Amino acid sequence: MANQHSITSADEAKQHPEYLAALKELLYQMADDDFILAYRGSEWLGLGPHIEEDVAFSSISQDTMGHAVMFYEMLEELGEGKADDLAQLREASAFRNAILVERPNGTGHYKENPHFDWGYAVTRFYLYGLFKQTRLESLVHSSYQPLTLAARKMLPELGYHLYHWQVWMNQLAVGSQEGYDRIMQGVEKVWQDAGDLFVFGSKEVDMVKFGLIESGQTLAQRWLEKAKQALDACVLPWPGMPQTTELSGRAGQHTPDLTEVLNTLSEVYRIDPAANW
Amino acid sequence: METQIESAVWEKLQDVKDPEIPAVSMVEMGMIHAVDEQDGVVTVQVLPTFVGCPALDIMRNEIIRQLQTVEGVQEVRVTFVYDPAWTSERISEAGREKLRQFGIAPPPVNHKPGDPWQVDCPFCGSPYTTLDNLFGPAACRSILYCKQCKNPFEALKPI
Repeated sequence: MANQHSITSADEAKQHPEYLAALKELLYQMADDDFILAYRGSEWLGLGPHIEEDVAFSSISQDTMGHAVMFYEMLEELGEGKADDLAQLREASAFRNAILVERPNGTGHYKENPHFDWGYAVTRFYLYGLFKQTRLESLVHSSYQPLTLAARKMLPELGYHLYHWQVWMNQLAVGSQEGYDRIMQGVEKVWQDAGDLFVFGSKEVDMVKFGLIESGQTLAQRWLEKAKQALDACVLPWPGMPQTTELSGRAGQHTPDLTEVLNTLSEVYRIDPAANW
Repeated sequence: METQIESAVWEKLQDVKDPEIPAVSMVEMGMIHAVDEQDGVVTVQVLPTFVGCPALDIMRNEIIRQLQTVEGVQEVRVTFVYDPAWTSERISEAGREKLRQFGIAPPPVNHKPGDPWQVDCPFCGSPYTTLDNLFGPAACRSILYCKQCKNPFEALKPI
């Protein structure tokens, strides 16, 4: 990627239609991944194992949503419309997030009978965090300069999120039989959707050709190494290669859970998109 | 060369505080990258601390409000830039001292990612502290406890 010509601004990117299309597709994937997962994290507020966790989890979710905002603002600069509209007014089929991030936290609703699964929360946020770290590390060498700057800025922040989830994962997995079992179940559940993270959709060839990011397969290899180390540290068995998933979030295929998420989070915004906050 | 208005702007920026840490100015936090003035139009380049910081809009409005009172300023533009990236190394010595007085331990100097993070109590200076929560009331802060003087306190995360 080092030999690629570097694009330094949105205006410059707009002069190359194919480059622009691949860049937008990549930005939607990253923005939507962070946005939807941050929403799922926010649903945990008041329901965490203790009050310190509520503080920490909210802070992580807020920071993650901030990363999503930065990606949506890049799309705005590229002529996609207002960042707020991109987050709140698109239909589910326009979303490019991976299936993993839209899965519910458990059964019930955060306002009514929430039976949320903490083992799944810890494993999903940790393993997604490792994926995000892998993706950002690749973006540090991206041909789109605003993206390299963003990635450099986000990586140290993400380091704190990862440290938090790593502590939880280790303490639960080595603490008691119940903790171990629930982390195990969490890993198995994450694994069912993990393959979808590394499918970059119809524009992947162009993304790689233009030096925007390395291929999904390359990133998958690196993530597998990180994930293996993480599971080894907790003496958890290796679940093997994740299988290909039935749905592909990057192709706009989603579960009904995403529609419900979008209806809830955009409810107020849709009443009056012109309101000032 | 710095214009007269630019020097006046720098001075005024000392009055713009981080809304979450009102003891310290944005200049002392190392968040002001550059000030430029052309025919009364002032551009201020700001380096965000954390990407997800919800205080950024408040800071932008506060900069505009304060600088409009500077003589000769017609218009104020605030842009957030990420090159260079803000790091906790950018906090000035005066800023570090004010953080301490406010009850927030400043981040360590010359900290490398992965280094152990030893935090001294901002009240009594003791290194005998424990980390209660890596995350605090804002993304940039953690919550600690001093076993010496038995005070809870916050610390700015090194990044």
